[in-house]
Amino acid sequence: MYDKGKIIGGLAVFLCLASFPVWYTAASGKADYSPNPVLPASENQCVESAQYMKEYHMQLVQQWRDQAVRQGDSTYISSDNSSFDINLTGTCFKCHTNKADFCDRCHNYTGTAPNCWDCHNVPPAGAQPQVMK
Amino acid sequence: MNMDRRSFLKLAVLGLLALTARPALDLISKPSAARALDGPFSGKRLAMAIDLNACTAGEGCIDCIAACHSMHNVPDIGNTKEEIKWLWEVNYGQAFDDQENRFVKEPLQDRRVLVLCNHCDNPPCVRVCPTQATWKREDGIVMMDYHRCIGCRYCMAACPYGSRSFNWRDPRPYIRTINEGYPTRTRGVVEKCNFCEERLADGLQPACVEACRTGALKFGDLKPGTELYDLISSQFNLRRKGELGTQPQVYYLM
Repeated sequence: MYDKGKIIGGLAVFLCLASFPVWYTAASGKADYSPNPVLPASENQCVESAQYMKEYHMQLVQQWRDQAVRQGDSTYISSDNSSFDINLTGTCFKCHTNKADFCDRCHNYTGTAPNCWDCHNVPPAGAQPQVMK
Repeated sequence: MNMDRRSFLKLAVLGLLALTARPALDLISKPSAARALDGPFSGKRLAMAIDLNACTAGEGCIDCIAACHSMHNVPDIGNTKEEIKWLWEVNYGQAFDDQENRFVKEPLQDRRVLVLCNHCDNPPCVRVCPTQATWKREDGIVMMDYHRCIGCRYCMAACPYGSRSFNWRDPRPYIRTINEGYPTRTRGVVEKCNFCEERLADGLQPACVEACRTGALKFGDLKPGTELYDLISSQFNLRRKGELGTQPQVYYLM
């Protein structure tokens, strides 16, 4: 093989650069970063189990949307038979009073940008939703 | 491993079948999207009566408009081209431009008339919407699903009453006080009066009816035996552009 040294050297440099994101995050200690959303202090039960909410809250929110808007039925009966008012601002933000510390942490971490908040209102951090009837 | 061609093929087919079993089961067991559109409503027909003799819109009263617009986060953009309207007032001649009677009861001609979405029985906006973002509920309310609206504005072209407004820009900076209980809209969707369906669900009257001090607005189920039915069937009334066959459900008592 001609230019063995150059080729192997070049390959080594290439591999180093290509794997830069992996070893850099590992070396800087960011590899085990987790978003740690802040859970409400006062409540320990969401509308469904925590595991279900982690995995399926996006489907649940869409189901809520269709049920409330398309079918005009704004009461959600959870799997343990308790009922909740279907209302993103009024129900979710009653407990999760800080969007930046809860929703945004994971959404930013996973690079998702849900457009719910273009229309649905977010009460100021720490405040209860003000609902005019 | 020893395996002849035949048993290998058998195993491969079985394996493939096993892989497809789960998705096939999911397909059969899930309710279809179309079924989700059927709602649990009873067969009602919601309608509104506006008593032009009692309404004081001409004297500067805008209680109903203010109540509606603050309740539903309707922005005040400040120019008529981008205006968002749910409930507003026009001159008598603009509201009833199809009336060919030469003489109308005199005070009526000078009246300002409240206009809003007529929640037609035969809504042209619904017929043209390509995404079913607007549809007629079983109780007669012509609803908007802002999630589904793509902003094509066919409905605005189809509506003969100009009851629909388009959000040319983000409305939030133009809303004086945001009512957190009701979503705002976003750039690129169409909006209109919803007969306060969110209040009806809580057993409340529409905001405009509740805000009216003279009792000029009446709302309810239009079926024989109800107060609204008696009112409309006993007094002379007009509907806007009745000749178009849209069957508007806002009745103007004269």
